[in-house]
Amino acid sequence: MKIIISNASSEPIYEQIGRQIKAQIISGDLKEGDGLPSIRKLAKELHISVITTKRTYEELEKEGFIDTVGGKGTFVAIQNKELLREKKMKSIEDMMTDMVTEAQKLGITYKELQEMLGILYSTDED
Amino acid sequence: MNNTLEISNLSKDYGDFHLDNITFSLPTGYIMGLIGPNGAGKTTILKIIMNLIMKQSGEVKIFGLDHREFEVEVKKRIGFVYDTPNYYQHLNLKQLKNTIAPFYEKWDESAFNSLVDRFELPLNKKLKKFSKGMAMKSSIAIALSHHADFIIMDEPTSGLDPVVRRELLDFLRELMQDENKSILFSSHVTTDIEQAADYITYVDGGKIVFSKTKDEVFEQYALVKGGNDLIDDETKKNFVGVRTGEFGFEGLTSDMAAAKKVFGENAIYDRASLEDIMFFNSSKSKTIR
Repeated sequence: MKIIISNASSEPIYEQIGRQIKAQIISGDLKEGDGLPSIRKLAKELHISVITTKRTYEELEKEGFIDTVGGKGTFVAIQNKELLREKKMKSIEDMMTDMVTEAQKLGITYKELQEMLGILYSTDED
Repeated sequence: MNNTLEISNLSKDYGDFHLDNITFSLPTGYIMGLIGPNGAGKTTILKIIMNLIMKQSGEVKIFGLDHREFEVEVKKRIGFVYDTPNYYQHLNLKQLKNTIAPFYEKWDESAFNSLVDRFELPLNKKLKKFSKGMAMKSSIAIALSHHADFIIMDEPTSGLDPVVRRELLDFLRELMQDENKSILFSSHVTTDIEQAADYITYVDGGKIVFSKTKDEVFEQYALVKGGNDLIDDETKKNFVGVRTGEFGFEGLTSDMAAAKKVFGENAIYDRASLEDIMFFNSSKSKTIR
């Protein structure tokens, strides 16, 4: 597991950690059933508060990425493939929303945007 | 969640200075930093907890027990590190240990020796020849060798160089791998608290300004910067304190969301450091308000 946090970023630290753990679960670097460090170990290693790491784990658990088994520790949740795909779709949707917002700011039309996307999509396919 | 320490409505009047209705608690398993300017009342609070000074009113409970009624029982489980290591200067560390160890039922010789090793402390050198860092480390080694569940430290990092300081803070974090331990330490060095504390209790003029988790503090407070045209008597109300200069203003808000509604994109919002929070909360910055 790799986690890098920035104190200069405006993104709260608990989100920075959560985002990185999620990315590693989605990419498969962290696999189903893999053990995660305890909140205390993580806090010590990252030089941050136990409260922050606890919050990260609570959020990840709520979203279904990890499971905490009392007395045993925290593990990457057994993922439903459908759910995982849905999550990835959701993150693509989020990025597209950002893209659309930015495009609208610049006055780029739907058609222009579609063309841009078309070019990117086909070059990627080659 | 259990509280290792619970203080409610604590007051003490010294005439020219008084502790006023102090209330806060420290949940078990966490580190709390007690911060405030010199003379804010930090040491007085710690000494009252240890019953070295009598309180006038209010309640102090440690491990759920009254700190005076159950003084002996409670103190067995506390490790207290004083600000100025004021040990018998003519002794060496080994002699000092032999003097103190018999007071504790749970004294653990091997724990002491491993701390001495870890901190590279000489056992046979006279204490008066110790550097400040060595003296502080000795106090800690002594305070932590009887399996204390609650560690109280008054200004443990004062006068230490950055290397020893970092070592000490890392050590505190290591102790907290045991979720049954709690630490309360005072400091006027804001970066120490930013680095090590889970909870921050800020005292000024004998009063609690806030006692919250570190994350709450940093999410709530922000520095707002902008041109002087944004500042008038009305908008100033959004700040805990404001400093205006020739080219713009800088103000501390304790409600970032509200400030963003007022100033929108005309201002810049920066993360406030604990030092900023302390400065703008101090009476000095309030007079400019």
